[in-house]
Amino acid sequence: MTDKTPRAAMRTFAALLLTLAVALLASPAALAEEGGGYPKANVDVHDQASLQRGARLFMNYCVGCHSLKYMRYSQMADGLGLTEKQVMENLNFTGAKFGEPIVSTMPEAEAEKWLGGKAPPDLSLEVSAKGADWVSAYLKSFYLDPSTPSGWNNTVFPNVAMPFPLWQLQGEQVAVMDPPGNGQPATVKELKLAHPGSMTPAQYDGAVRDLTAFLAYVSTPDELVRSRIGAWVVIYLVLFTLFALVLKKEYWKDVH
Amino acid sequence: MGAFTQWFNERTPGLGAVYKKHMTEYYAPKNFNVMYYFGSLALLVLVNQIVTGIFLTMFYTPTAAGAFDSVQYIMRDVHWGWLVRYMHETGASMFFIVVYLHMFRGLMYGSFKKPRELVWLLGMLIFLALMAEAFMGYVLPWGNMSFWGAKVIITLFSAVPVIGSQLVDWIMGSFVPSDPTLNRFFALHVIALPLVLLLLVVLHIGALHEVGSNNPDGVEIKKHKGSDGHPLDGIPFHPYYTVKDLVGVGVFLIICAIIIFFEPTVGGFFLEHDNSIPANDLVTPATIKPVWYFSPFYAILRMIPSKGWGVIALALSIIVLFLVPWLDRGKVKSIRYRGVGYKVALAIFAIVFILLAAIGADLTPGWIVSIFGPNADITTIENLFGRTLVVLYFGFFAFLWVYTFFGLEKTKPVPERVSTHD
Repeated sequence: MTDKTPRAAMRTFAALLLTLAVALLASPAALAEEGGGYPKANVDVHDQASLQRGARLFMNYCVGCHSLKYMRYSQMADGLGLTEKQVMENLNFTGAKFGEPIVSTMPEAEAEKWLGGKAPPDLSLEVSAKGADWVSAYLKSFYLDPSTPSGWNNTVFPNVAMPFPLWQLQGEQVAVMDPPGNGQPATVKELKLAHPGSMTPAQYDGAVRDLTAFLAYVSTPDELVRSRIGAWVVIYLVLFTLFALVLKKEYWKDVH
Repeated sequence: MGAFTQWFNERTPGLGAVYKKHMTEYYAPKNFNVMYYFGSLALLVLVNQIVTGIFLTMFYTPTAAGAFDSVQYIMRDVHWGWLVRYMHETGASMFFIVVYLHMFRGLMYGSFKKPRELVWLLGMLIFLALMAEAFMGYVLPWGNMSFWGAKVIITLFSAVPVIGSQLVDWIMGSFVPSDPTLNRFFALHVIALPLVLLLLVVLHIGALHEVGSNNPDGVEIKKHKGSDGHPLDGIPFHPYYTVKDLVGVGVFLIICAIIIFFEPTVGGFFLEHDNSIPANDLVTPATIKPVWYFSPFYAILRMIPSKGWGVIALALSIIVLFLVPWLDRGKVKSIRYRGVGYKVALAIFAIVFILLAAIGADLTPGWIVSIFGPNADITTIENLFGRTLVVLYFGFFAFLWVYTFFGLEKTKPVPERVSTHD
């Protein structure tokens, strides 16, 4: 028996294993690409200034109704590189102590009464649950729709209960409809900015990117620590493996 | 020998002998290849799951009201809690990757054949216990996918005739997954099943060391012994394979570290997006699917158009693996010397298993749309594709029996001694 046949069989199976690995690795990537077809949010949770601007937007426009109950002001200060004084003076409008979580001042039971049964959801894990691309697309897709109770509708989240809180920034979009066709109701073709807000479209895109980045950070605050130490862990393990390989070769010298 | 070692050995019930039997005087074939790393890696992951699990248990709350919050408490407030949790969660998925490759190795080199049938059966029992352990662990974070996954999987038992629906209530301890379900799953996950797993692992390794390890050539090294009574093609497990496995451990940990530190959700496969939403019995996730490592078996269940037969097929798809040592009548162990038919069949089987996983993980609708266009009839195409795969899955075992029972296999001569080594 020559060495050739087993080697060839091994190669076939190595190729098979490789295919398996590539298939396994490629499928999440493919899924992420599909991701419901939303444009990329392009957030960078390592851009501290972006996170700070996003936090400011959240505290000015969102925290009135939405909590981040799993995030403490003190943790946020760490992640955003801010001092206690800076956070308490500029970002804490709920009257909470520095070590307390970011909870909306609107009591949940009252909110349910006021808003007809459903309190605004906590957004601590919104990006983990829906993805940054979804959140970003959602915040850009509100349009005026007189048929809904709030007067607003959203192409990403049809018939959403929330009126558009950022309308002064983005302005008011209206829907250009495709005409209803054989039995199908009319569908939204595209959104058009009817009345500009205080920001240009480019500025608004930046604001949404900051806000989404902040929410992404709030969903997984560990990401900042992880990426900082991860490279060192991998480098250590590579060195460990190299030493193990040398050790193995040394021991195996006397295997004949 | 040091004075202390001698003092110790004189007073212990044969620990020195056990150490010799399983480490320094366990002779393993010297020609193990890369496929032989996964046994020791599975042991490593088991230890990781136990150690990280102990720490998670210190901070986790096994109640429907507190479970989800306590996981976030671990992720955010407990020092290094996120690392321990990611290690446990990544460990669960890596456990299945390692075990699937370990089982595939068994099929490649005939490690289930005489005299190792019991090693294979014990291994299959470990696989069963591992599936139960993983399923119950998956329910504990009490996310919405945990909840609905638990509901769907437990409800499968309603297919049992006569007592089905009572059985479901008995398992849940309620009519929907709730506190009693979570409490018993917690108890089974942290105590009962780990004990079963440990016992089975000890028996699996014990049985293996009794008959000796197989190898990529599928030759019995015990047939050729030297004057010292040790196999000529064998080397002591320690130190040779301990140092070699250390290299495998290093490579494996690099992969794990990259996942844990840079992409712990693995695109929603290891940690699912819907599990970032607390359990809610009023809101069903868009698609209910089990976590990826169950998806091949879940696909078999889904592709059978009747619930009763689906559950039977699901059970059979695992039971048939137990029977492999008796389905395969071929005397040649290693794929290196087996007939072309076996090589092709095994390759197809591996691909079928992966494609079934894709169906179970609900990846196929996207594939179908990208191949056949947006107007494609997804259900029909998926069913056709999936049912073909189910037939091929079971077909592998039928082929294996026919191929070997009727002597259709043309094998190559097996060498007397191992052909290669490092």
